[in-house]
Amino acid sequence: MKDHLGRPLVAVTGIGLVSPLGWGLDKNWAALLAGTSGITRIRRFATDHLKTTMAGTVDLPEEIAGADPVPAPVRVERMAAAAIAEALVAAGMKEGAFDGPLMLGMPPVEMEWPQRVALARRAGGNGHAALSVASIGQRDLYETFLYGGVGERLALRFGTKGAPMAITTACATGASAIQLGVEAIQRGEAKSAIALGTDGSVQPEAVIRFSLLSALSSRNEDPTKASRPFEKSRDGFVMSEGAAALILEDLDHARARGATVIGLVSGCGERADNFHRTRSNPDGSSIIGAMRNAIADAGLQPGDIGYVNAHGTSTPENDKMEALGMRAVFGEAPPPISSNKSMIGHTLSAAGAIEAAFSLLTLRDQILPPTINHVEPDPTLGLDVVPNEARRVSGLRHMLSNSFGFGGQNVCLVLSAAP
Amino acid sequence: MTRRDVVITGIGLVSSLGEGPEAHWEALTKGAKPVVDAASFAPFPVHPLPALSLDAQIPKKGDQRQMEPWQRLGTYAAGLAIDHAGARGLVSDMHLVVAAGGGERDVAVDEAVTAALTSAAPETSGALLNEKLATELRPTLFLAQLSNLLAGNISIVHGVTGSSRTLMGEEEAAADAIRIAAARLAEGRGEIALVGGAFASQRWDMVLLYAPGGVLWQGDYAPISARGAAGGLILGGMAAFLVLETAEHARARGAAALARIGGIASDAAHQRAGGGSAAAAKALWQGMAAPQAGLGVISGMTGVAEARIEEEAFLAGLGSVPVRRSASLLGHGVEASFPANVALAALALSRGGFYPAMDPADAGDGAVERILVTGFGQWRGEALALLEKAP
Repeated sequence: MKDHLGRPLVAVTGIGLVSPLGWGLDKNWAALLAGTSGITRIRRFATDHLKTTMAGTVDLPEEIAGADPVPAPVRVERMAAAAIAEALVAAGMKEGAFDGPLMLGMPPVEMEWPQRVALARRAGGNGHAALSVASIGQRDLYETFLYGGVGERLALRFGTKGAPMAITTACATGASAIQLGVEAIQRGEAKSAIALGTDGSVQPEAVIRFSLLSALSSRNEDPTKASRPFEKSRDGFVMSEGAAALILEDLDHARARGATVIGLVSGCGERADNFHRTRSNPDGSSIIGAMRNAIADAGLQPGDIGYVNAHGTSTPENDKMEALGMRAVFGEAPPPISSNKSMIGHTLSAAGAIEAAFSLLTLRDQILPPTINHVEPDPTLGLDVVPNEARRVSGLRHMLSNSFGFGGQNVCLVLSAAP
Repeated sequence: MTRRDVVITGIGLVSSLGEGPEAHWEALTKGAKPVVDAASFAPFPVHPLPALSLDAQIPKKGDQRQMEPWQRLGTYAAGLAIDHAGARGLVSDMHLVVAAGGGERDVAVDEAVTAALTSAAPETSGALLNEKLATELRPTLFLAQLSNLLAGNISIVHGVTGSSRTLMGEEEAAADAIRIAAARLAEGRGEIALVGGAFASQRWDMVLLYAPGGVLWQGDYAPISARGAAGGLILGGMAAFLVLETAEHARARGAAALARIGGIASDAAHQRAGGGSAAAAKALWQGMAAPQAGLGVISGMTGVAEARIEEEAFLAGLGSVPVRRSASLLGHGVEASFPANVALAALALSRGGFYPAMDPADAGDGAVERILVTGFGQWRGEALALLEKAP
């Protein structure tokens, strides 16, 4: 089957997911529908002197058993591998010889403090020259922190074809990775692709850097109440971790092999902003443009969209701009919109993929996950945010998933129910 | 889907040899000598960047202050490319794909914090780290560090807002950036795109990233073919951005095409040594089905031994074609190297000539009709781009 532009329809036939709510898609979906928060006090490292002391974290089994925390690229890779493995099982595919490319949404990674201090001890000095010379031959450091490292190891394990592609568009990264995979299938380069977003950046320096940008909530007293998208007293986002992998497949290819189709990615839209490094243009033009482009790319009209999975970070600025965008695109009676981030926090580079995954389950099960912590609506927003409790719906065919990034990189996806 | 011809209509190029296509053509055709700083990052030599007239491309001081050298360099070169293409009026619907490494860290803060941590007791080091970072990190430095903020700054400074994507993954990311940008134009997703990368070589944080791999050449400068069995790369400051455009769009607005993109392909051999990498590149080359007549090669050979051996085997299979190892003069600019070599190829084709030898091992001569750009990553990745004379 082809879409309105003559392109193959792109199906999703497998999903794997990891978040602070647990390892595995079903467990996450059940917790999400129950309105469970995955945000906790940070236990991974000392939080003295930090303005924000809570986050959503995904700990590895060896860390839970008492080992030192792994650096971000290791966590990113482990969660990604778990998500891909789960997605392949769901898609009825064997591991090790995937017939398509790997599109990997991940954060920038770099050597962290434990590695730096270990090098300094070995070097007997603190200068970069001494550290650099002392590091020569430590291939593990090199291969761990090169940007191509995570993708290389995942591509090797899962046997994906061609060069793995790692992409970063800040908080839109996961959606960008899906877009790359969708485009490869639409272009006829591949019949299937693995697209994923993964992030594991809860470490001291990252928390401090976001904190210095005044982006984080500091509502530390009850971490489960800190993420309050679209609520009047929201004060910032909550950092979090996780991964989601989607098996994308040419719909005809999926049907020919008898695969179960969970849903479709029927449109992608993007628009970059040139206003400010961390804020949208006050006229909302680029987020409005991204939403409209996605709807048009799917061959739909705004009235066809029955629900929106929000970017909904819980920062005063984002939620205000997203509401403005909603009214510009949909008029004065926009469809319901809810934010998964109220429960799992902001999984950054993973968010676009995790939220697309939850969107596909929303369509499959015809139930909207809630926006929790909705105590006092922000009267200036005027949105139906599916407050506090999941809502059953019927006849939901098409929905939008929004991702807006620092640096002005905005990506929206249209997800559709299986035909 | 339809496939439309894609051409290069603008080059923004900065390297240790200078700035702009004219300066590079002059320098490279007249036997340029490498510009080397062997002292500042000893024992690792680097090819330093020239002074840039930043105000010409980044007029607001506020914008300059929000960036560190890597983002300034890339934003600067992106502006040069837009100007060269005469495309200032087309930026709002121009698509952007950037290949990015990591942005700057504050080297002085890093050294001070490292000193404090190495002498601290383990039970207090966590609190000490937080205290130091919270007080000493400049808030805006995070934005200068984020990989996708080079693209963000290009959007802000030059108004490029069609779309924005940043690929990561060293050399391979740059080849895929051009591949994706060209493929999207070819299939009708837009008419014009800006693609490229930048690398600031004079940075200790970059030295510390690559040194553990044992891939950095030490001591005095030597051309790639003289780096012995162990090999090694010399980091070269450079930035290269290309304006890509559908041939039809360029023709309609009267923009001169410098070269046509004949094909771009990439792969990543997991087992490189022993012929894996050479075989991967050979398969990419065969997939291009290009005539061998009038072929020249601009090689992205980094100097790292394993990749060099594999690439030499691949090149030997091409027969007696002229090869130019540009990193012997420019150094290796990681995410910027592949775009820079594509820029040099487009430049040569537009001038109807080719470059004299850049490395003692460079052989062959004569006018070329088409140029193959190679990109064997320092660790992983094989990529080829075929550039042809503009129609």
